Amino acid sequence: MIKNSIVMVKQVPDTANISGQVMKEDGTVNRAKLPAIFNYEDRVALEFALQVKDKFGGKVTAITMGPPRASDVLRECLYMGADEAILISDRKFAGADTLATSYVLAETIKHIGNYDFIFAGRQAIDGDTAQVGPQTAEKLHIPQITYADEILAVGESSVKIKKKIEGGYEILESSLPVLVTVIKDAAFPRPFQAKRIMAYKNAKTLSELEKLTEGNSLLYVDQLQDEYETRGLYIKTLTMDDLKLDESRCGIHGSPTKVYKVESVVLAGSHHQIVPPTKEGIGDLIDNLLADHILG
Amino acid sequence: MEIQNKDVWVFIEQRNGKPADVSFELLSKGRKLADSLKSSLKAILLGHNIKPIAEETFKYGAEEAIIVDNQQLAYYRTMPYSRILNDLVEKYKPRVMLYGATVIGRDLAPRVASHTKSGLTADCTDLQISNVKYIKKEFKDLLLQIRPAFGGNIIATIISPDVHTQMATVREGVMRIETVGKPAKGKITEVPYVHEKFDDVVKIIEQHRKENKVNLKAAPIIVSGGYGLGSKENFELVKELAHTIGGEVAGTRAAVDAGFISSDRQVGQTGVTVRPKLYIACGISGAIQHRAGMQESNKIIAINSDPDAPIFGVAHYGIVGDAMQIIPMFINVFKQKLR
Ligand SMILES: Cc1cc2nc3c(=O)[nH]c(=O)nc-3n(C[C@H](O)[C@H](O)[C@H](O)COP(=O)(O)OP(=O)(O)OC[C@H]3O[C@@H](n4cnc5c(N)ncnc54)[C@H](O)[C@@H]3O)c2cc1C
Repeated sequence: MIKNSIVMVKQVPDTANISGQVMKEDGTVNRAKLPAIFNYEDRVALEFALQVKDKFGGKVTAITMGPPRASDVLRECLYMGADEAILISDRKFAGADTLATSYVLAETIKHIGNYDFIFAGRQAIDGDTAQVGPQTAEKLHIPQITYADEILAVGESSVKIKKKIEGGYEILESSLPVLVTVIKDAAFPRPFQAKRIMAYKNAKTLSELEKLTEGNSLLYVDQLQDEYETRGLYIKTLTMDDLKLDESRCGIHGSPTKVYKVESVVLAGSHHQIVPPTKEGIGDLIDNLLADHILG
Repeated sequence: MEIQNKDVWVFIEQRNGKPADVSFELLSKGRKLADSLKSSLKAILLGHNIKPIAEETFKYGAEEAIIVDNQQLAYYRTMPYSRILNDLVEKYKPRVMLYGATVIGRDLAPRVASHTKSGLTADCTDLQISNVKYIKKEFKDLLLQIRPAFGGNIIATIISPDVHTQMATVREGVMRIETVGKPAKGKITEVPYVHEKFDDVVKIIEQHRKENKVNLKAAPIIVSGGYGLGSKENFELVKELAHTIGGEVAGTRAAVDAGFISSDRQVGQTGVTVRPKLYIACGISGAIQHRAGMQESNKIIAINSDPDAPIFGVAHYGIVGDAMQIIPMFINVFKQKLR
């Protein structure tokens, strides 16, 4: 009873650690200055896929849509145990909202084919929208289970999953294939394996191979690609044309939502009353609050 | 594009027959949007024996409730719910559609937006109707979907200019709940449920739900702690202060992520929005996503060791210092005063 999984992962700006340098003077964000990290919940999703593989066998394929540097998270997927990693990258994808992103991911998944599970993190920390998972499932015409906490049982053509809901949980049974988005606490992602780091640290995408050939007339990209492929070190790179996508549904053109305006956050001047950090200061404050019936 | 239908729809969420507060909050906001659009506000409700909920929506300004009432819809399931909404949206083409950013809303809205190719913006903190000039084109009466973005360094206004239906989700508590003075004599339109096989690909085997969850929104006093507390043990002080002055405990997302406090007590854009009489922020920097959930509190006390922390910008009283010293001092002085 082999079960194949595809895991959707994303490289995200580390929004928790945004420093002053990241903001440009005009209030826009300098993305290049942002540290990029593996969206944590997507690592949990990969852990789910690897657990299914450990139990039932099958193949785990990690995919990401992003700029060339997103290959970093794909290598990390390989370090954790993914069998294959695919980068979907094209300038034409720029400015994609969740609808355009889910179109590209769904088409990629159709291109890969032969899957039982699609796993993804519940949401990515840069937008917190939680929309790409369900939108991908809709485009594939398959069911979805969001906020998954645990896989309880896997059958020949069904799966039982515990889903977190407000104030409790649900146990759902779905037919396969199904798209599952997982919450942060659902599993603890396994660490990178030293042996796999050694094996895959040189895994490269097409654009990275192209860089190697730059200024070296003896190296040809096609040859290199063949060589890396036989060594299992080629990170497959798919473009809009490779996937025969409809350009009007990609990137900014395929995105119904547009950013109309951004304003940098200007803090209103503070008019607060300064309370000395002393017993007397705090005592006076409490007296005020008691008098105003805010305390007591 | 000739805009025909300008109606504002609100998806009314019910869990085990009880309407979610956020749905009525959205109706209250939807009423204002519909007034700006000179259109009507409709409540969309799926479930079983839901007529009483449909009646209730009129109090918050709905003029019509479109309901699909069937036993098979008693509990939320993605497949039938999204299929029915797809059909309704395609048939009636509302101009605006709002959902609560709940577990159900966040499961349902993207699926419907994908099928109907509508724009969808998550976790809006404000919604407005306005004429817009975008890339040299004029658009009349667009929905401005306003939310913090990029770690809160910017506020983004999102529009969906080229599609008919503009969808948005909003967290519980963000919009103020308001009844209308003279409710319209609302109309209930019942749409029959027609079963389809695909509806049942996912079955509910069990459901466990406790409704007595913390109700931060109703608490008159909230003591909230942030990452600055440093550890779960230190966070106990926040709880002690809350206990002493009769308040509820809350926290920032950083505090939730660090495991200091449970996620149902998170205040902010992706948590709960609160407006208590008194909000005490301890070791909280005051990121915009946090401020979005508390800045309308009646009185705010900020305790922070960094005099430049943004939280002081929204505070009424600021105490600069180590929370680990100031909180115990506050507790002691308060106890003495009450004696
Ligand atoms: C899409 C998105 C949605 C988000 N939604 C939310 C949300 O709903 N709610 C939310 O809260 N956040 C949210 N965030 C996160 C938000 O951006 C901030 O990261 C978070 O609010 C910071 O929490 P904090 O103030 O506890 O921690 P920090 O920013 O780390 O601040 C800690 C503060 O403690 C102070 N401090 C340190 N030591 C002491 C001490 N001994 N005594 C006193 N003060 C001390 C420091 O000076 C600092 O100001 C969201 C972020 C994103 C990207």
